[in-house]
Amino acid sequence: MDVLMLSRLQFAAATFFHFLFVPLTLGLSLLTAIMETRYVISGDQDYKRMAKFWGKLFLINFAVGVVTGITLEFQFGTNWSRYSQYVGDIFGSLLAVEATLAFFLESTFIAVWVFGWNKLSPKLHATAIWLVAIASNLSAYWILAANSFMQHPVGYVLRNGRAELDDFLAIVTQKWAVLEFVHTLSGAYILAAFFVMGVSAWHLLRNSEVGFFKKSFKLAAAWALVFSVFAAINGDLSGKEVAEKQPTKLAAMEGLWETTKAAPMYLLLWPDQKNARNSVQALPIPGALSFLAFGDFNAEVKGLKDFPVKDRPPVLPTYLGFRLMVGLGALFILVAIWAFLKRKDPQSSPKLLKLLPWLIPLPYLALEAGWLVAEVGRQPWIVWGMMRTADAVSPVAVSQVATTLVAFILIYGLLGAAAFWLIFRNARKGPAPVKAN
Amino acid sequence: MLETIWFVLWGVLWAVYFMLDGFDLGLGALMPALAKSEQDKRVIYNAMGPFWDGNEVWLITAGGVTFAAFPGTYAVMFSSLYSALMLLLFALILRGVAFEFRGKVDSPAWKSIWDACLWLGSFLPALLLGVAFANIFMGIPIDQKGVYQGSLFTLLNPYGLLGGILFVLIFMTHGSLWLAIKASGELEARAQVMAKKIWPALLVVAVVFLAATWFYTRLWANYLSYLWLWILPLMAVAGLLLSRVFMAQNAWWKAWGASAVMIVGCTLFGVAGLYPNLLPSSLNPAWSMTVTNSSSSPLTLKIMLGVALVMVPIVLAYQTWAYVTFRHKITDQDLAYEEAY
Repeated sequence: MDVLMLSRLQFAAATFFHFLFVPLTLGLSLLTAIMETRYVISGDQDYKRMAKFWGKLFLINFAVGVVTGITLEFQFGTNWSRYSQYVGDIFGSLLAVEATLAFFLESTFIAVWVFGWNKLSPKLHATAIWLVAIASNLSAYWILAANSFMQHPVGYVLRNGRAELDDFLAIVTQKWAVLEFVHTLSGAYILAAFFVMGVSAWHLLRNSEVGFFKKSFKLAAAWALVFSVFAAINGDLSGKEVAEKQPTKLAAMEGLWETTKAAPMYLLLWPDQKNARNSVQALPIPGALSFLAFGDFNAEVKGLKDFPVKDRPPVLPTYLGFRLMVGLGALFILVAIWAFLKRKDPQSSPKLLKLLPWLIPLPYLALEAGWLVAEVGRQPWIVWGMMRTADAVSPVAVSQVATTLVAFILIYGLLGAAAFWLIFRNARKGPAPVKAN
Repeated sequence: MLETIWFVLWGVLWAVYFMLDGFDLGLGALMPALAKSEQDKRVIYNAMGPFWDGNEVWLITAGGVTFAAFPGTYAVMFSSLYSALMLLLFALILRGVAFEFRGKVDSPAWKSIWDACLWLGSFLPALLLGVAFANIFMGIPIDQKGVYQGSLFTLLNPYGLLGGILFVLIFMTHGSLWLAIKASGELEARAQVMAKKIWPALLVVAVVFLAATWFYTRLWANYLSYLWLWILPLMAVAGLLLSRVFMAQNAWWKAWGASAVMIVGCTLFGVAGLYPNLLPSSLNPAWSMTVTNSSSSPLTLKIMLGVALVMVPIVLAYQTWAYVTFRHKITDQDLAYEEAY
């Protein structure tokens, strides 16, 4: 394998792993903040214990998210130096803003929150977790604005042999960035909600801490419903944005080779990239693809054959990732409706309680699949239409990247195992018993 | 002009990072020597507890600012130092999770794994940052295309290694002083003795490093042209000497402050000597990465300057508040605290 392929694998491994921890951080920080606020307002000790219990799981998860995020920032320089040089004027500044605006706030106040239960007034303490939650979610905006620039570059001018900043606001406020932000956040909140519901269900099934977990469940069920519906609506808008701005990605998502009017969506499909066709293609829904992409059953959808072979993304992973994400998204809505209906007395439905813990991994899978579509579907471009991934890689030795790739897999593998084991263990243990005093 | 302002800010960010994270890296590296019991270890973890994460963000920001203000340098520097940087990152990963994971399982074996990670994750970054910066001061073999013509071992030259040892000793002094502030009883006494023991070694290495800098680098050129720059090395020397004076007076906060001044002085001494280079080429001075040939566009530099001028004071304000809130000595009550490390 060459440096390019190894670097891509390494970056994929590092980002996928990082993103196993990011969504729960985004969602659970907010849920914890809401719980603590309820405690401060009502004085209900259960909510304080909830903030502590879910906060503890949040912290284990947060630690891994933070340390794996640092490596990502540096990997643009180590592995993608030509990319960094070419778009650093824009991309670098977004990362730097993210650090000064969000990371400092997040990292400083998480420590204040952890160590400050007895040192700060309840209101100030609750403010600390709100700052953490806001900062985490804010940092997501900046990194997603940076990613949006890679997906749909705007606000730049090509000058001095590189892309230079022309309109900062255009980059930060472009529609793509807003859609990507809302979609990613909805996904993260779904994940956090299913996490809380799953853990709560496990305890409710065993009649442990019933009051505590009923309250947690109720809050999470509402979140799951709101955001799974929201993600679907936003996903539809995002799909139309992709259809307009990244036609090759859309065609790969749907395995569409020939440009077609009133394009159907095939329920069963298996793409064959080598021969530029689908080896399996059955059960069409007439006009569905045209409608989803352009809001018109008769619209023309561009097929991959309209684009040179060298401009086509890998079709199979893009297609499978998309199907997986959408399928799971639909499942989340159904389960969320069920959970929402039972939110006041979840124990009345043991079936639901038995199912929910098993569903915890699914939002993780859906979110990673979503990123697979976004990033693999963007290939062969690192910055859409501007720079190819192949031109972006660092002039480093194969042996260097091969060594670090192995090290990444080993260290991240062990780290991930330790982190999920700790989360699992602490989730099962349940909240600390009420102190008798 | 904008480039020069950013060059100064770049140096200041690194200086603040070394000043802050320096004490917790040094303390982590010294833990095996200082801690005799589980209780001692927990005091050490909790002495760093509320601070280490916020400190590390200065590294992220220094990296981010290199990317934003000098993308050319970021690209060449980070790809040239590939292996060293990756080692640094792996070490910091293990260190970061060690804090969070260690106390979550009540088993000596589990704890000793994370203690080892903390040690390695503190010692190795201290060493590597020193090696890296000494090499940056001296220049590394980059060709006219910015491609590095060396390996990890090229960096392990005598001057680079000397820089590594210097950083380790500086951080260890800084860390023992911090523990002298935060611990009490026997551990406090041990930290005080440790700081006093390391100090002479630090003095010797610092003198040797300064002398070697004359022979190995071109940092002095700026000092011969601009006499006012001498305030920076003088700051470093004054900080170094004063820290020992304050140690003798048992004024540990002041000693730590003097050590912080030394670190800032040292870093800025090197950075000011580099100007206008950010990364000199040892092959041909014309191939160096400089403030002019590697900087971002004026518009980016302007916007970033606005962000920095507004945000950095705010960050400093709330980080100072956090330090003030948690400045007290670690007590038994702190260790019994439910959320303590």
